Amino acid sequence: MHRHTCHGSAPPPSSRKGLKKIALVGNPNVGKSVVFHSLTGAYVTVSNYPGTTVEIARGKIRIGRTEYEVIDTPGMYSFIPLTEEERVARTVLLREKPDLVLQIADAKNLVRMLPLTFQLMEVGLPVILVLNMMDEAEKIGVKVDPQRLEELLGIPVVATVATTGRGIEELKERIRVFRGGGKEGASSILDYSEPVESALGDICALLKAEYGFPKRAVGLLLLQGDKEIREQVRKEEPRDGYSRIEELVGKTQAHFVHPLGYHIALRRFDEATWMVAQASMPPSREMRLTLSEHLSRLTMNPWTGSLILLAVLYFGIYQFVGVFGAGVLVDFLEGRIFEGVVNPRITAWVVRSIPYATVQDLLVGEYGVITLGVRYAVALILPIVGTFFIVFSVIEDVGYLPRLAMLIDRVLKRIGLTGRAVIPLVLGLGCDTMATIVTRTQETRRERVIATLLMALAIPCSAQLGVILAILSGKPTALVLWAGTILLIFVLVGYLASKLIPGEKPSFFLEIPPLRMPRLGNILTKTLARMEWYFMEVFPYFLLASVLLWAGQLTGVFQAVIAALQPLVQAIGLPPEAAVVFLFGFFRRDYGAAGLFDLQQAGLLSGVQLAVSAITLTLFVPCIAQFLVMTRERGLKTAFLIALFIFPFAFTVGFTVNFALTALGVQI
Amino acid sequence: MEISEPAEEVLEALWTVLEKKNASSTALQDIGFKRGDREVEELFKLNLIRSVDGEVEFTEEGRKLAEDIVRRHRLAERLLVDVLDLKGKLVEETACKFEHLLRDGVDEHICILLGHPKICPHGLPIPPGRCCEKEEEATGRIICPLSDLKPGEGGKIAYIYTSDRRKLERLMVMGLLPGSPVTLIQRSPSYVFQAGQTQIAVDEEIANSIYVRIVEGETSPEKPPTRGRRRFRFGLRKGW
Repeated sequence: MHRHTCHGSAPPPSSRKGLKKIALVGNPNVGKSVVFHSLTGAYVTVSNYPGTTVEIARGKIRIGRTEYEVIDTPGMYSFIPLTEEERVARTVLLREKPDLVLQIADAKNLVRMLPLTFQLMEVGLPVILVLNMMDEAEKIGVKVDPQRLEELLGIPVVATVATTGRGIEELKERIRVFRGGGKEGASSILDYSEPVESALGDICALLKAEYGFPKRAVGLLLLQGDKEIREQVRKEEPRDGYSRIEELVGKTQAHFVHPLGYHIALRRFDEATWMVAQASMPPSREMRLTLSEHLSRLTMNPWTGSLILLAVLYFGIYQFVGVFGAGVLVDFLEGRIFEGVVNPRITAWVVRSIPYATVQDLLVGEYGVITLGVRYAVALILPIVGTFFIVFSVIEDVGYLPRLAMLIDRVLKRIGLTGRAVIPLVLGLGCDTMATIVTRTQETRRERVIATLLMALAIPCSAQLGVILAILSGKPTALVLWAGTILLIFVLVGYLASKLIPGEKPSFFLEIPPLRMPRLGNILTKTLARMEWYFMEVFPYFLLASVLLWAGQLTGVFQAVIAALQPLVQAIGLPPEAAVVFLFGFFRRDYGAAGLFDLQQAGLLSGVQLAVSAITLTLFVPCIAQFLVMTRERGLKTAFLIALFIFPFAFTVGFTVNFALTALGVQI
Repeated sequence: MEISEPAEEVLEALWTVLEKKNASSTALQDIGFKRGDREVEELFKLNLIRSVDGEVEFTEEGRKLAEDIVRRHRLAERLLVDVLDLKGKLVEETACKFEHLLRDGVDEHICILLGHPKICPHGLPIPPGRCCEKEEEATGRIICPLSDLKPGEGGKIAYIYTSDRRKLERLMVMGLLPGSPVTLIQRSPSYVFQAGQTQIAVDEEIANSIYVRIVEGETSPEKPPTRGRRRFRFGLRKGW
């Protein structure tokens, strides 16, 4: 029996020093993070996986007397990675050799989940299958029998509802009593029939090196055309052995029309279908559309969907972020707290205790770290960005974003993006810096570049948006003109970019999860996590900007730059004082907008000038933080090219709009 | 034009070789024939092929005829695989006999029935016929792209038509494989369909590449409302 050589060499049971490791894996949208948090509680560290841009969360849990490290891996559909996230998830499983793998699965979609279970078992990982979201399955009448599934698979199966905590105690108990590594024979849980099986047998016999997981799994990965494993085998095996393996793979493929991976996937799918039929009752045919399904269809219908989108924008963005966040909260924090209490006291204290005028300026001067930097951050940005993040977390938790994506996919295709781009684009309305990082979720480099460009150019961040809305709110014509121009530029530049930037045409493919009731806990966690990120990543730049402005003023560089900017500013019909606003704009987008606010308060700007400066400032270069992230994510060259394009472009548009309005004699 | 079946085989072989080489002419031995073979001489006599630089190429008329033969052969393969569920060597053997029967518009009927397939089961393109250009629809079609379904209609996936391996893999890992049940929910602004308990939104290009074997049971029949209260089922309200 040549098959015999395929067994054995499962990951060694934990005899290593240090904590035992539990890795969480599973498809996206199965509630993996919720399981993770209900196991680990609050103490979680999130960091990039070494050498990648993919984030991995780690936490700890104590069960009985044993303490475990719990690793939350990025979502994976299959053990053969298609994306960077999936590659990292696999690396965690193969390199970190977890003592236990919890595969989190969507109980109502088991047929789609089991192929991954088979693949995990095939590589000899010690797996517990967690059937999560049992409540949703029960609601639609899917009855799963975990015990029967456990018998069929030969691994522990636990049913849970992670959002309510149901089944979590049982899961902990199963973890506590879990013994040993992969089961003997688990690696051949599936028989792939001829000619795949005999090819596997021959490959196993040829493989001489150790790969840390069963040879049969190595053979399967080779047959499926996995590049990473092929490279590894090429390095580890003697040359003639490798070339014979290559030959075997080629010969086996010749039996089939489609890629071997496709046939192997079909086999797994058939087995999964059979097992699910054995272990569960399908939903009755007399299924009724639930209330949430009705709502879901309303959000996806082009007519009602558009109305709902407008309602979300009006209530979520305009009313909550604009009126409440940028209005009520900012007035309170800025007027009452800072102007009324903090600033005078700190100024008095600084003046009293530090006798040097220059240092006083740095701290509490016109551009002081405290009076300007901290005040803007806390009194202006915090309420606006905070309210925006609340709205974003709510629509994210409800599951509205995928629906928005499918609504506007066709429009975004015109500008070289797909519906998937709504996530960075909408998030960009909150903070373009954060959104630039999120463009990683786009599939092709072309999409990432276009999205980065459009965000740097035509997506105002919430702080900027809040202030611009406040300035223009008294002049509806100017507001419409501003919004119309920015939208036009967005579409036009996107269209041109999609024509000019080479790369493959993107395709749109997105899972639409069910609409869910938002959970307060989830929303708070997400909002806080985003706020925390914002403060850690962006806040330092506020302080830096204040210091730079102070230094610039001290050395005269500041005045020189303003003098250089003045002709440009005058060319687009603005008073020379507006030059300061543009310089501010580079340091922080919202600084610029806030400077504009001051000018408007001082009555220095006419309606036309307000509209023109709002437009130019929105388009004008991204803030320092965003620019730095652009260089990090897209590379120096691309980031500089984008900035080089935006700078003259913003002024050209400003000039054109001003010229047109003046020539037509428009008064706003 | 009436030509012998062996001569048809020569035309078909020449088409296949030229398609593979992406050339306009090739040597006769590449297709396993030589000058003097009866079927080859027949084609020369009928002015369907001609020689250039020691190789042979189609005449205009010959190309049209070959295209028609290849189309019939590949449609036959599709029919055998998708509808009659034949597998392996049997497909090729039967298709070779079957193609000769698909004349005088029979091929169009089959093409419509199969939803104007664009590739044969081996992944080679099926030359489009007149019916494909007009995109005629028959009420009794058996297989058609997801994009041709009406909301509420459904069936099982017959095959995925795409030359993009990444796309095939994406669909594969989502469990969209031959045999999995799908029901179309809406067509606009994006195609949304139900696969198992999951809803998936795709653009037109992907919807065009998923071919569905229509199952009568999957298109839920309208039933009278019970006890005066309206009950909703999939597809009951078209256009949602």
